[in-house]
Amino acid sequence: MLKLEAVEVAYGHIVALTGVSLRVLDGELVALLGANGAGKSTTLMSISGIVRPRGGTLEYNGADLSRASPLDIVGLGVIQCPEGRRIFGGLTVLENLRMGAIRRRDAGAVRRDLDWVLSLFPVLGQRRHQSGATLSGGEQQMLAMARALMGSPRLLLLDEPSLGLAPIVVQAIFQVIGELHRRGVTILLVEQNVRQALAVADRGYVLATGRVILEGSGARLLSHPELEQAYLSAAPGDRR
Amino acid sequence: MSALELLLQQLINAVSIGSLYALMAIGLAMVFGILRLINFAHGDLIMVGSYVALLVMMLGLPFAVAAVAGLAASTLAGLAMERVAYRPLRGAHEIAMLLTSFSVTIFLENLAIILFRPTSRPFPAPSVLRSVIILGKLQVAGLDLIAIAVAALLLVALTVFVRSTNVGIAMRAASQDLLAARLMGINVNRVVAAAFAIGSLLAGVVGLLWSARVGKVDPLMGFNPVLKAFVASVIGGLGSLPGAVLGAYVLGGLEILLQGLLPSTLTPYRDAFVFTALIALLLLRPNGILGGTEREKI
Ligand SMILES: Nc1ncnc2c1ncn2[C@@H]1O[C@H](COP(=O)(O)OP(=O)(O)O)[C@@H](O)[C@H]1O
Ligand SMILES: [Mg+2]
Repeated sequence: MLKLEAVEVAYGHIVALTGVSLRVLDGELVALLGANGAGKSTTLMSISGIVRPRGGTLEYNGADLSRASPLDIVGLGVIQCPEGRRIFGGLTVLENLRMGAIRRRDAGAVRRDLDWVLSLFPVLGQRRHQSGATLSGGEQQMLAMARALMGSPRLLLLDEPSLGLAPIVVQAIFQVIGELHRRGVTILLVEQNVRQALAVADRGYVLATGRVILEGSGARLLSHPELEQAYLSAAPGDRR
Repeated sequence: MSALELLLQQLINAVSIGSLYALMAIGLAMVFGILRLINFAHGDLIMVGSYVALLVMMLGLPFAVAAVAGLAASTLAGLAMERVAYRPLRGAHEIAMLLTSFSVTIFLENLAIILFRPTSRPFPAPSVLRSVIILGKLQVAGLDLIAIAVAALLLVALTVFVRSTNVGIAMRAASQDLLAARLMGINVNRVVAAAFAIGSLLAGVVGLLWSARVGKVDPLMGFNPVLKAFVASVIGGLGSLPGAVLGAYVLGGLEILLQGLLPSTLTPYRDAFVFTALIALLLLRPNGILGGTEREKI
């Protein structure tokens, strides 16, 4: 179980999270929603150990994430597929996937996972020797997800996987997210695509200006008038 | 000498000097690619390796032993430099890192001056290294051929390394996107240490070849090579390994060309012409020959 309790993060004077508390149970798919600048990416980066919270607690299966290095956190099976894809453009598709599995020592399982991700995203198999930079936006997103899956995640953090993609590609991405969920991968999904995210999610949280303003089942959130407002509300200023 | 022979002779000179620049430029480019650090102290690793080799020879041990000791010393000095001076600065501003590299240079050079005196000392390379091979009317220094062959061998080995080993691919990945590399569980400390170790070993090789060529060592001997390596990597595109190698051979060729073409009254100013050409190139291609567009770094 992932457990965040009153997590606070500041970038210098800019307070990004003013107290985020959330839980993701094993096997759950939880959506993390909110307008631009609400603090969704910052939440994921603090789970991954990239940004250090100045307050609150972060735990994964009893391990204190606020003290663990990004490397240790990947070692715990918490893998992030970051916003903006961030694939290695100068590396081939296969090299990108190899980097996703770099900390793993189980060569046989890595080979099986490679076959598996290439079956989830067949287009990557066709492009296996092409450099990442030559892929289309949708293919790059698939590569980013496939690379994260090569790390054999127990908890997968997905940051806006559908951003800027054509509807047909968005469908494909959400199909894979649903498939991963059915396979039992625990997922924390950050999305602007609220309806689609809540359609696949078990539960959701809505962030605004660095804190959770709503939580609950997809149906409950969708019927809530504050959900619309959360998307219209401004980003947090530089409050201390 | 016929025109063809002259051309061939100059070509060998250019490739040989370009090879030394290439071995130096790779070390700079590897580190710059990942850390955005221009490590000016890289040149001093030449000096460290050469002095250690000289000391071992002064103990009466054979050149081969001295060479291995020199290479080991350069490599260890590079690793120590990373650990002590640069790792605590990880993520600091580029200017802070650059200033630190100047401090490391000043420290190492003054240490050498204190330990070995500021004057140069003869570097007694074995006579095979100083042989001259006569091919028809061509006179080729054995050391030039050795430098070319050694660099070619090391470049092939390096290519295999960055293309097919986990650490090598991780090095390329980290230089493209450090944040993504960390999120994938790439051990950035290990990758950076590998970059320093490889670059420093290559600097050690340059040190041996260079000292054997000029027959002496001195505490400031690393300055000119690191400057040239920097120019070479800027020509090729800072941070790109193929660019650094290409830039090094272009620079070697340019220097030999100017040496041959400039009237003798102007040859002392050869480097001024080299730098003018560099500025012209950067006006045309601000990111160097192989440099892409500016990438986001964290
Ligand atoms: N590296 C950073 N430096 C300074 N401020 C940042 C940085 N990253 C994010 N922020 C600020 O923190 C707040 C939350 O950003 P973010 O977590 O990226 O939101 P979201 O992912 O929900 O769009 C915003 O106000 C943003 O401007
Ligand atoms: Mg975001």
